[in-house]
Amino acid sequence: MLTKLTGGRIYDPTNNMDGQIGDIYIAAGKIIKPPQNAKIDKEYDLKGKVVMAGAIDLHTHIGGGKGNIARMLMPENHRLDVESHTAIKRAGTGHAMPSSFTTGYRYAEMGYTAGFEPAVLPINARQAHMEMGDIPILDKGGYVMLGSDDYLLRMMTANKDQQAINDYVAWTLHAAKGIGIKVVNAGGINAFKFNQRKLDLDENNSHYNVTPREILKSLATAVQELGVKHPLHVHGSNLGVPGNIETTLNSIAGVEGLPMHLTHVQFHSYGTEGDFKFSSGAAQIAESVNKNKNISLDVGQIMFGQTITASGDAQLQYANHKIASPNKWVCMDIECDAGCGLVPFKYRDKNFVNALQWAIGLEIFLLVDDPWRIFLTTDHPNGAPFSSYPHLIRLLMDRSFRNDMLSTIHPEAQKMTTLASIDREYTLSEIAILTRAGAAKITGLVGRGALGIDDFADITVYTENADREKMFSKPDYVFKDGECVVKNGEVIKVTWGTTHIVKPDYDKSVEKNLEKYFSRFMTMKLGNFKMSDDEITEDGRGSITVHPTVRH
Amino acid sequence: MRVNEITETTKITEVPSPFCGIGTDDLSIQVDGESLQVIENGCRINTPNFEQVITDRCPRIKGKDVSLEMAVAEAANLLKDTKQPVIGGCATDVNGMRALMALADKNSAVVDNISFKAAKNNFLALQDSGWMNTTLAEVKNRCDLFVIIGCDPEAFAPRFFERYCWNQASMFLDDTAQREIIYLGQPPKGNGSTSPNGKLATTLACETHDLPEVIAVLRALVKNQRIMTDTVAGISLVDLQALADQLKTANYGVVTWAAGSLDFSQAELTVQMICEMVKDVNAAGVRCSGLPLGGKEGDQTANQVCGWQTGYPARMHFSRGFPEYDPYLYDSQRLLEEGEADALLWVHAFNTQATPPKTNVPTIVVARSGMVFEQEPDVFIPIGTPGIDHAGHAYRMDNVVAIRLKKLRDSGLPSTAEVLNAIEQAL
Repeated sequence: MLTKLTGGRIYDPTNNMDGQIGDIYIAAGKIIKPPQNAKIDKEYDLKGKVVMAGAIDLHTHIGGGKGNIARMLMPENHRLDVESHTAIKRAGTGHAMPSSFTTGYRYAEMGYTAGFEPAVLPINARQAHMEMGDIPILDKGGYVMLGSDDYLLRMMTANKDQQAINDYVAWTLHAAKGIGIKVVNAGGINAFKFNQRKLDLDENNSHYNVTPREILKSLATAVQELGVKHPLHVHGSNLGVPGNIETTLNSIAGVEGLPMHLTHVQFHSYGTEGDFKFSSGAAQIAESVNKNKNISLDVGQIMFGQTITASGDAQLQYANHKIASPNKWVCMDIECDAGCGLVPFKYRDKNFVNALQWAIGLEIFLLVDDPWRIFLTTDHPNGAPFSSYPHLIRLLMDRSFRNDMLSTIHPEAQKMTTLASIDREYTLSEIAILTRAGAAKITGLVGRGALGIDDFADITVYTENADREKMFSKPDYVFKDGECVVKNGEVIKVTWGTTHIVKPDYDKSVEKNLEKYFSRFMTMKLGNFKMSDDEITEDGRGSITVHPTVRH
Repeated sequence: MRVNEITETTKITEVPSPFCGIGTDDLSIQVDGESLQVIENGCRINTPNFEQVITDRCPRIKGKDVSLEMAVAEAANLLKDTKQPVIGGCATDVNGMRALMALADKNSAVVDNISFKAAKNNFLALQDSGWMNTTLAEVKNRCDLFVIIGCDPEAFAPRFFERYCWNQASMFLDDTAQREIIYLGQPPKGNGSTSPNGKLATTLACETHDLPEVIAVLRALVKNQRIMTDTVAGISLVDLQALADQLKTANYGVVTWAAGSLDFSQAELTVQMICEMVKDVNAAGVRCSGLPLGGKEGDQTANQVCGWQTGYPARMHFSRGFPEYDPYLYDSQRLLEEGEADALLWVHAFNTQATPPKTNVPTIVVARSGMVFEQEPDVFIPIGTPGIDHAGHAYRMDNVVAIRLKKLRDSGLPSTAEVLNAIEQAL
């Protein structure tokens, strides 16, 4: 089967295509060289259309136990947003935390072809992969959470060398089938179990005498030395706390030049100025990120409306439970491994803090210079459901629209943001970097996020429209591995994506101590803890793609 | 391990159990052809469940042996033109539940897990106000005060105390035998809660139906409210005050209850009272967590899979083409009794005692080989058991951990997923 996409304007930053007109040939799921005299089986006339790679969401809570608690907690939120089954689609529900099938369809219908779950607890990895196994069309993967697990903290207290920590980190990546390592409120989830209600960057865990800064350094080093492409994915300390800008800037300094990805930075960029002791730290964050080339970030933009915050950060979610709306919430301590917290929340444009959060996110987007190091996220569902991405893209690309929106938010928040004075409008090429080329590069995906020869044919086609929200809401076509899965914004074919992982080398003798630890302290045997590949592939739909790592 | 290569006696170790609900995974099982013998770490629940012999192999239509294909075709035929089919039981592994949901979606059926009557007490509390809970490894390593309300963990799972309370090594307790175990309600029947050095658990005894009152007072005491009485349902206020004080001085208190044991009307309010009390202890500056006891044989699995595929726990329906949830309305027992259902598909892969409810509507049973019926169903398809006849996944009582079930023998019995997928395809 040979498919030709003819005459589209191609935005493929990886290959320096900035709207040039070109043809794309697809065979066996991949983009191929223009063939000589071959018969074209199917041709799509894309004259005047915008062509990009399929979009990649590198931070979206789409699989794992806490998301399922979020779903169960909010039945009233689903009733307003239901999807009936069709001849090809399974039924499901939204809104804030959609069901698995609906997640896949809705992402695909916005032109997305991959999503990464950023908080895979090793002990809950099976669930994360099983849920993602029920997400159609998308490729998926997960970052495995470490940093509040007792095993690592015991190692650090015992002054184990970096090599031993590297082996443990690599072993965990194998056991939980991850593509990267995530740390959430380093050591803080663990400290909460010892009744520490907050933990600053240089504050000791009361039991282990280890600080968050030390944990960040140790894990960032491990990730780099193991050659895992995706930098340590960091949910910082003091999420949501006014004044946490200091913590974030100190964390950047703390990793001493090692690669680090700061996630949902909006929630970590708060100052304490002004009448309400809450102000924007966006300019300082942007300045630091612009200077420190080892840092990448995603924003975690908030949007006004009902959502639910779902996080591994049990410590800070507990602290935030008083603002739950509706007033119900869950916190869990989990298996000497981590924790989680679910707090429903309604962001209001007439609330000063929420309004300023909205502006801070946009300021960060617009003040960070390098589009290859910043990524478009709402930290779904924490800032807003992922379905708000087209609206967010319009806010970034359309200054007058942005300023119209700005003029409707809480007046005191308008005074506290520089947003109105920022002229920048994102270009289509920059959007393609944030949501495709850059996202694939930082996640370490080979052959995705770009439209070069031999790349996988994950392709999205849009009709040019000055209303960017409309344009990005409803692609003309989406191709996943060469198959047309979406037409005019509707799923027409259901396929199943692959699971992206890494398998860095490590010293197998690491299991000797782990086996003892599991037998003595854990609730399952080491052999039963480790996931095998066939747990992802045995249903006949799933597959595994291993990406290379290069040991430093 | 390639199971089809097993021709002689083999010992399989570290076998996880889907039966006991606490994720026991240290069983050693001797496999001799199709015969299984638990040779290490068995218990009253797991040993008979693993060792149960295969009796039925052949599907039946109205009691007559037929091929699997014929049984599947007849099942599809019975479901095809129904107005309100009900899928009950819903006790199987993750893949079985996935197939069940696909069938329910296509057939616009009701999905109702066999234990939802109990689980409802927890879900209603969760969905109204939430909770702060913990998991078994945290209990094992941290819990210095274990308060057991209206249930008996040992009766639920015989090895509960051995595995999670009297463990020799603990990361954060100097001596696990020093844990305080306090029962509120009926005293335990067995000795599992007695510590290795002979210390008996304390019981503040009351009738189960008095627990709402007792817990309300306990919560009030945790919140420093003044109580104008000396006894509550036979428990002295002094004792309840001491318990409230213990909760507020422990390092890591854990409060457990079993939704199914709170056998009185509106028990969800008692669950909510317990969960809010746990929050109150935390608000008072002390860590404390809940631990819902319950969920075996696929109960948690049903709720988890139904949850991620529809947003709702496993009492929901697809009658209008999309998922809808109502913990009262879609009670399969009620639907059958009141004539609102016109077909029943009963799925239970674990327990041959878990027979379908009596009904006059066409009934299809897809269940563990060996199920005996008072009234022969229209179609019976015997299936293999997850964790014995095929690999799979099952959730533990604490919901976070899915255990990887092993295939132990090659019985040739189909899995739940194979049968339900075939029925769905035939529809």
